[in-house]
Amino acid sequence: MTTMKHPQIKLLMGNEAIGQGLIEAGCQVAAAYPGTPSTEILQAVIDRREQAVEPLHIEWSVNEKIAFEVALAASYTGKRSVAVMKQVGLNVAADPFMRTAYLGVKGGMLTIVADDPGPHSSQNEQDTRLFCLQARVPVLDPASPAEAKQLVPLAFALSEQYEMNLVLRPTTRICHSRQAVELSEPLRLERRADFQKDPTRWAATPAFLPQLHRKLNANLEQIAGEPELQPRLTAGDGSYPRTALVASGIVYAHLVDLLEELGLTGRIDLFQVLMPYPLNPAFVSQLREGYDRLLVLEETYPVIELQLAHPGAAGKQTGAVPREGELTPDLVHQVLAAFLGLPAPAELEAERRGQRPSLCPGCPHRAAFYSIKQCFPKGIFPSDIGCYTLGMNLGAVNTVHCMGACISQGAGFFQAYVQDGEFPTIVVTIGDSTFFHAGIPALINAVVQQARIIVVILDNAITAMTGGQPVPHMGIAAAEKPTRAIAIEPLVRASGVEFLEVCDPYDKERFEALLRQADDYIRSSDGGVAVLISRHGCIMQPGVRKGQESAVITIHDRCVGCRKCVDAFECPALMMDSESNLAVIDQDRCIGCGTCIPVCPVAAIVKEEKR
Amino acid sequence: MKQQIIVSGIGGQGVLFLTRVIAQAAVNRGLPVLTSETHGMAQRGGTVLSTIKVGAFASPLIRAGQADIGLLLWEANLPVHQALLKLEGKLLINAGQDGAGERIDASGIARELGNAVLSNLVLLGLAVRQQALFCSAAECETAIRQLAPAKFVEQNLAAFQLGMEKR
Repeated sequence: MTTMKHPQIKLLMGNEAIGQGLIEAGCQVAAAYPGTPSTEILQAVIDRREQAVEPLHIEWSVNEKIAFEVALAASYTGKRSVAVMKQVGLNVAADPFMRTAYLGVKGGMLTIVADDPGPHSSQNEQDTRLFCLQARVPVLDPASPAEAKQLVPLAFALSEQYEMNLVLRPTTRICHSRQAVELSEPLRLERRADFQKDPTRWAATPAFLPQLHRKLNANLEQIAGEPELQPRLTAGDGSYPRTALVASGIVYAHLVDLLEELGLTGRIDLFQVLMPYPLNPAFVSQLREGYDRLLVLEETYPVIELQLAHPGAAGKQTGAVPREGELTPDLVHQVLAAFLGLPAPAELEAERRGQRPSLCPGCPHRAAFYSIKQCFPKGIFPSDIGCYTLGMNLGAVNTVHCMGACISQGAGFFQAYVQDGEFPTIVVTIGDSTFFHAGIPALINAVVQQARIIVVILDNAITAMTGGQPVPHMGIAAAEKPTRAIAIEPLVRASGVEFLEVCDPYDKERFEALLRQADDYIRSSDGGVAVLISRHGCIMQPGVRKGQESAVITIHDRCVGCRKCVDAFECPALMMDSESNLAVIDQDRCIGCGTCIPVCPVAAIVKEEKR
Repeated sequence: MKQQIIVSGIGGQGVLFLTRVIAQAAVNRGLPVLTSETHGMAQRGGTVLSTIKVGAFASPLIRAGQADIGLLLWEANLPVHQALLKLEGKLLINAGQDGAGERIDASGIARELGNAVLSNLVLLGLAVRQQALFCSAAECETAIRQLAPAKFVEQNLAAFQLGMEKR
């Protein structure tokens, strides 16, 4: 093995640092499903795959459960593996994840779960550390991108030592922060796949589980005492006797900066908890015996606080720390000031939200949503997770729950309404990636249960929201590797759907005609689920934009200022001029797709010469 | 040397690239640096904010009233992010009309160069001209060369240069 003369330093985003750490630690199978804030981790592995000194399989799996199971079996062969997901992805992978705690692993296996306190881009702000407490899986909580990277090889080593799956839990502010980190040469582990069959373990029946459970508990006790994972104390000078601050993750970093600014560094005992579960009982006793007052700062749930059960602890349980949302440095300041009796910081201004996000100019989803809303003004519109959640801005998204829920929710709406006789037109919208992820079983169920709903599959040929990961019907896998394409249409037909049409939503007239046909079908005597595939590539993909016609779109003097294009169509390139109260087009943002032209009731949106 | 910087805009304006250029300039000088960025849903045209902390810091986030410099690519974000700035903090804004802070019609200048997205580097040029940032013009240019895709390097440098020159 060659060694570098000088350590190479690189500015990396937390997710890139973790990806780099995976390559360096000799990870050979990496599987993920994209989701903010975790997505760039696997992308970083893809981008650095040439650095790997041993074979490396990387996949964007169809969903998180599958990613986890692929990584798990790879670990059974003695190789190092990782499954990567966002916090709600762990819910999808929960079934194999929970059992893995009992059965364990062979080669080092990490589950990297990115949490999203706030939340910034998620449907909840659940805390993976609490999930790990319930699953009985050790979890590490880094306080910086560099620390996240350092924890990767350590976690692999411990995973192998204890034959346990370990979780690394970065949060959004770790994932999407940049820092200079040190790079090293990738490890060469020279492992050959070697699955040692042991049915009492890998296929454990209930008879073997009590013993595996005992082993798990014994492991947890042991790993809690691992020297490298012990809470790190920065001792105070006695200014605040029998008082300590306990923090983990990015909140620890906020606290460090704040203490520095307030001139309190080194004046009060400060613990950084690196492994919030399992906490070392010795640490719990140390705090019980050595301190009368503690301030516990952590995101998002009171996981450390619960385990400490310290009578003098101030935290989320006691109401000293906000229970919801991100613990920003400003909130940490308020909490710390109250705890230490410092002058209270100025009241924070009420947070202003700024501009809401919108579907991009030219986004095919906008055209589809507009048509859906036009055709069925009184319809019910369950939708799902992705860019197209923003169809809410057009009033064409009524529910958003979790990956794949829209089809089952649509069916549930139908069943509840039809009991009373009449049922409204229920138009479900689901993206192509979400359809593959969790939509197919729901579609089969809706057909079997004879739901009469319209399912619009918004097929833009990419996982768009997370920045463009491949989808099974494209015939491309991670790292642009060609693979077999699994088309959507045969899947839909095989699910028992008899009404299936495909249309580009840019063709408004035909798209709306098909929507009406679909409505006729679901209301016909032998009707059932109708599927309309709305097919047009994501406008963020350079090839799509180049491949379509573009004109200069302007507003004619005919404009009467009715706001329909601005309010109902909601393209960010359309706005009202504050002086004239007429529509104007922001030429910086308009891509010249012309989908807004038919929206204008007085034909004032016009196409000029070709660009 | 410690400096806390915010970069504010809306998704699609190149806030992330501008953030990386400034952070890279710090790395090149051997200064510790931390950034935080907005990724995900907000990138679809919503308000986005980056923070950059140069010097010995542990956290990438900036408390209210602590930022030394605010680079605003989207004027309408002023009421949203102004509270992050120190009272004596320096505010640089991409805006055509008069108002608070140092202003430059970065979008207009960038449009003349053929791409409104270049407003990010025009604004950086203004910040350097005002000697607001810890880094010099040459350091910014080096960082731009390192980070921009090869075919856009010259255009990016031109935008930066115009920001340095235009009054």
